[in-house]
Amino acid sequence: MTHASAAPSILVPPAEAAADRLRVALVGNPNSGKTAMFNALTGARQKVANYAGVTVERKEGRILSPGGRTTVVLDLPGTYSLRARSPDEVVTRDAVLGRLAGEVPPDVVICVADATNLRLVLRLALELKAVGRPTVLALNMIDIAQRQGLDIDTDRLSAELGMPVVGTVATRRRGISELVTAVEARADAEAAAGRSNLGEHGWTEPSAAEIRHLHREAERILKACVRPPRRPDTWTGRMDDVLLHPVWGIGILLTVLFLMFQAVFTGAKPVMDLITAGFDALSALVAQGLPDGLLRSLICKGVIAGVGSVVVFLPQILILFLFIILLEDVGYMARAAFLLDRIMGGAGLHGRAFIPLLSSFACAIPGIMATRVIDNRRDRLTTILVAPLMTCSARIPVYTLIVSAFVPARQVLGGLSLQGLVFFGLYATGMLSALIVAWAVRKVFWRSASEPFLMELPSYKVPDPANVLRNVALRGHIFLRRAGTTILSMMVLIWFLCTVPGPPVGAAGPAIDYSFAGVIGHAIEPLLAPIGFSWQMSVALIPGMAAREVAVGALGTVYAVSGGEEASGVLGASLAHQWSLASALAFLAWYVFAPQCASTLAVVKRETNSWRWPIIMFGYMTGLAYVAAFVVYHTAVALGAG
Amino acid sequence: MKSSPDPSLPLPSDPPIGVAVDGLVSLADGRRGLRGTIATVGAPTLENATLQSDELERRLLEMGFVEGARVEILHEGFIGRDPICVRLDDMRVALRRREARNVMVRRDANS
Repeated sequence: MTHASAAPSILVPPAEAAADRLRVALVGNPNSGKTAMFNALTGARQKVANYAGVTVERKEGRILSPGGRTTVVLDLPGTYSLRARSPDEVVTRDAVLGRLAGEVPPDVVICVADATNLRLVLRLALELKAVGRPTVLALNMIDIAQRQGLDIDTDRLSAELGMPVVGTVATRRRGISELVTAVEARADAEAAAGRSNLGEHGWTEPSAAEIRHLHREAERILKACVRPPRRPDTWTGRMDDVLLHPVWGIGILLTVLFLMFQAVFTGAKPVMDLITAGFDALSALVAQGLPDGLLRSLICKGVIAGVGSVVVFLPQILILFLFIILLEDVGYMARAAFLLDRIMGGAGLHGRAFIPLLSSFACAIPGIMATRVIDNRRDRLTTILVAPLMTCSARIPVYTLIVSAFVPARQVLGGLSLQGLVFFGLYATGMLSALIVAWAVRKVFWRSASEPFLMELPSYKVPDPANVLRNVALRGHIFLRRAGTTILSMMVLIWFLCTVPGPPVGAAGPAIDYSFAGVIGHAIEPLLAPIGFSWQMSVALIPGMAAREVAVGALGTVYAVSGGEEASGVLGASLAHQWSLASALAFLAWYVFAPQCASTLAVVKRETNSWRWPIIMFGYMTGLAYVAAFVVYHTAVALGAG
Repeated sequence: MKSSPDPSLPLPSDPPIGVAVDGLVSLADGRRGLRGTIATVGAPTLENATLQSDELERRLLEMGFVEGARVEILHEGFIGRDPICVRLDDMRVALRRREARNVMVRRDANS
């Protein structure tokens, strides 16, 4: 982790540390190009972690100046004001004020401004100035401002604000070295004056009257230094006339979402199949070289299969984040949230929750990672909690097995396939329950408090490909390093439970029956008997924790039907023979709700930075699954399907 | 330019709670095409109980909803005409009508 470099060193006196290692923090409004600025400053020298104790992402990078001087850059969450309203903004405020635990206060703050939209950021710059932290204003996207014929008197602006002002184009790396020079000069001036960056700077939360006062001051400076554009951007308005149109706008949004869903769902499939096949081949290769036994099983079925189950998510995650980052950078994400706010808001969800929830139909793992698009912590946690209720693709093999074995393939209601209807019902149940759970979460955890929906709609921009690719790669890297390790250890644990101890010599039943998983399955069978589960079904739930579709193979194992997923026809016939219809329907109901996926729980742990939320998720989903299976089983028995 | 409400203007069908005696209209009651200047922000109302009205007032101010700012409703959501997208000086901002309740607008004569 990055804390070694972030923690203040005891051995080096602060003055000396400040001399050879400059600390800079980036502050700016959302959509000001702050991330592009961070990338332009630091290039590939970046580290991503979380701030101690909170779920806020901490991005740190390094600038190596020609003089051999190292500058550490911290990219702080975007904000309109130091008056923090979310955990992200608290981090920004505390970092600027020098009161963030475990962080060295910045020597200089770079205030990143969208040069075409200065009104609000000037007020933020005045707030920063009032704090007393040395600040440099970067007028980013100055090229767009020039193209619009927007005249900015930077000398006057610099004099009015009392801080250096540098024009930049972060995506083209223009003005970056001038910015670094200005920052270093500012820091040197501070050091020469004998002022230290340490210690808290005085700040009190501004009242409404003070905000009005600062705004008037910003307005005055804006009028004095900026001549309105001679060729204002008319594209944004014209595009919004279509994209926010009640009919066309919705149509285009649905098309975009459909394309995204298709890409995540089907586009990733060939690569995922390739990855699975690759790891299977590797496993077979290793198996040839090792003698049969526990070690071979650990390496092939534990480690290689475990790594495979992590990597297999990567295509979906990369494709999903490619869409998300493109939509964000173009400026469309805020429009999608606008269009969907009323629909999602009815259940207490943010308009932006739509994308994570839609992605969760492919897989809850990228879906939960995508909740980063939601700024507000409560809205984000609510979305994370309900995301696994969306019917993910891993449920499909289980549904297919049970539905084709137990639901007759006939047509009802004039030509509708009964099996198709059952499938649709399973999907609809998931969606409906997600809305109900979201509503309940808001009532129970947040006591109905709802955040105001107040959001800037940025001007449309052409995204910078290099920036997009860098950010997509960053997401993939974060997934592999942070979630991957947890998923892998859970996979090895599940392998252990299902393999150890091995069956005694001459054992008749399947090996899993003698393992810990078998013991656990038998132990929980009395608990699951009221919902119509046999001991075989109970045992199959344990390996099924690895991934939902593994339950198909696990059922094959316990019923001694070999061939795994490919043999699901044979397995189905065998199940139809041994299960009652009521049990089968209860099993389906269980799979709609049950948290049968260790990887999802692992990713929730990583994304929320605590075990609290995965435990809550496991608890409420198991509870729902039990109640649903119980009701379904007993209703079915009462109707004569026992 | 204080003027009494023109009866021919497309006022909302709801009881005009937002229409004050001096010709101000709440942004929450405006329809697409409404143009004007923000007269007051943050006058207390009963409706938006979700946030303390002082907090909402400060958030609105921080987003640029200040007295004297030019405002125009550009777009309305397709369900219940909510949320709304407004041009606020040279920015575009989306907000729910519930949050727009506290923003009183002096309507331009021709809007």
